[in-house]
Amino acid sequence: MARVLLNIPARAYPGDILVIRTLIQHVMETGYRPDADGVVAPRDILRRFTCTYDGEVVMEADFSPAIAANPYLTFTLTATRTGTITLRWQGDNGFDQTETRELVVV
Amino acid sequence: MRFLLALLPLCLPAAAAERRSGFDDMAPQTQAMQRDDSANPGMLWVLEGEALWARGCASCHGDAALSMRGVAARYPAWDAATGAPIDLAGRIAQHQGAPRLARESQGLLALTAFVAHQSRGLPINPPEDARLAPARARGAALYTQRRGQLDLSCAQCHDDHAGRRLAGSTIPQAHPTGYPLYRLEWQGLGSLQRRLRGCMTGVRAEPFAYGAAEYVEIELFLARRAAGMALETPAVRP
Ligand code: HEC
Ligand code: HEC
Repeated sequence: MARVLLNIPARAYPGDILVIRTLIQHVMETGYRPDADGVVAPRDILRRFTCTYDGEVVMEADFSPAIAANPYLTFTLTATRTGTITLRWQGDNGFDQTETRELVVV
Repeated sequence: MRFLLALLPLCLPAAAAERRSGFDDMAPQTQAMQRDDSANPGMLWVLEGEALWARGCASCHGDAALSMRGVAARYPAWDAATGAPIDLAGRIAQHQGAPRLARESQGLLALTAFVAHQSRGLPINPPEDARLAPARARGAALYTQRRGQLDLSCAQCHDDHAGRRLAGSTIPQAHPTGYPLYRLEWQGLGSLQRRLRGCMTGVRAEPFAYGAAEYVEIELFLARRAAGMALETPAVRP
């Protein structure tokens, strides 16, 4: 499992605009980089990020080889109801990691 | 006389202010990244180190917040077992059972970052240990010795030209306040030794091998020079 740093509020009022911040440990190897011996390291990147809020997709992103290692993503969503925020990163070599946080809207 | 003594504390912060951490010369965006634990990628390695600590270290050392607080601030220290100075990563790699953690391996970086993080905010506090003096003197000599095809010493850049620019970078004063740290150029966490190797190849000198005594000697000198400055581990640098 890759280490992940998440900053997601646990409680909110209806209508609040929440800032979601995510950081995940990943080499994001471009597939173009030769090592000291001239051997090109095979590509190993994250391909896709999806965030759902209570089952509804609120944010999607496609990643490319030009994105730096340990990608940091930040975005906002509007709190409307209590529900689960699910974050999913998918990538090369079968990489697939999901993190969930509960959001209580009072 | 009493009046002069009263003024003295006012003068001290001014003197301290002349020393700048690499942090002070960074762009505001990079500073913000270091300050925010949920945006500082170095914290990923601290988390990793915390997990390794729970598995392999807590049985003897307990809660790192108590047992490791202030430890990093007084390294390099004297190592009785080898009769030589040792840096924090060397100390961690040395006394645990097999498999030994290699220099610059992800595991050793993570553990070192986790242990050093317990001293974040504490002043660098080099030990008053006479046995360290000869090695520190050798470190001072290495710092002022010209090297490489460019024939430059550390001091020529970091003392004589600190604050000026070398291509796109501001030359820092070379205080070892943040190691291991996340360097944007590395896209990963690295040790002070990796940083020093970069400065050596930068002047087209052959760097010493990882773990060489010369690095610990330079670090002893740098730590004395930075005594009292706050530790930042895990810092972020461009
Ligand atoms: C040609 C000039 C030059 C020389 C010579 C040089 N450095 Fe550097 N050093 C730099 C620059 C520039 C940086 C910052 C790089 C950056 O930010 O991208 C740096 C960074 C550092 C840092 C990191 C400081 C921090 O905030 O983390 C340390 C420590 C350091 N050097 C020590 C040394 C030592 C020790 C030597 C001699 C072995 C040395 N340097 C030789 C230019 C030099
Ligand atoms: C079997 C018990 C044991 C385990 C396991 C152990 N240590 Fe230690 N450690 C010690 C003892 C005893 C000392 C102090 C005596 C010495 O210096 O060897 C020490 C000293 C240290 C020091 C130096 C402290 C100082 O004040 O200078 C550090 C750092 C350290 N350990 C880190 C670790 C880490 C990280 C791990 C896990 C990878 C670990 N230790 C696992 C017993 C242990």
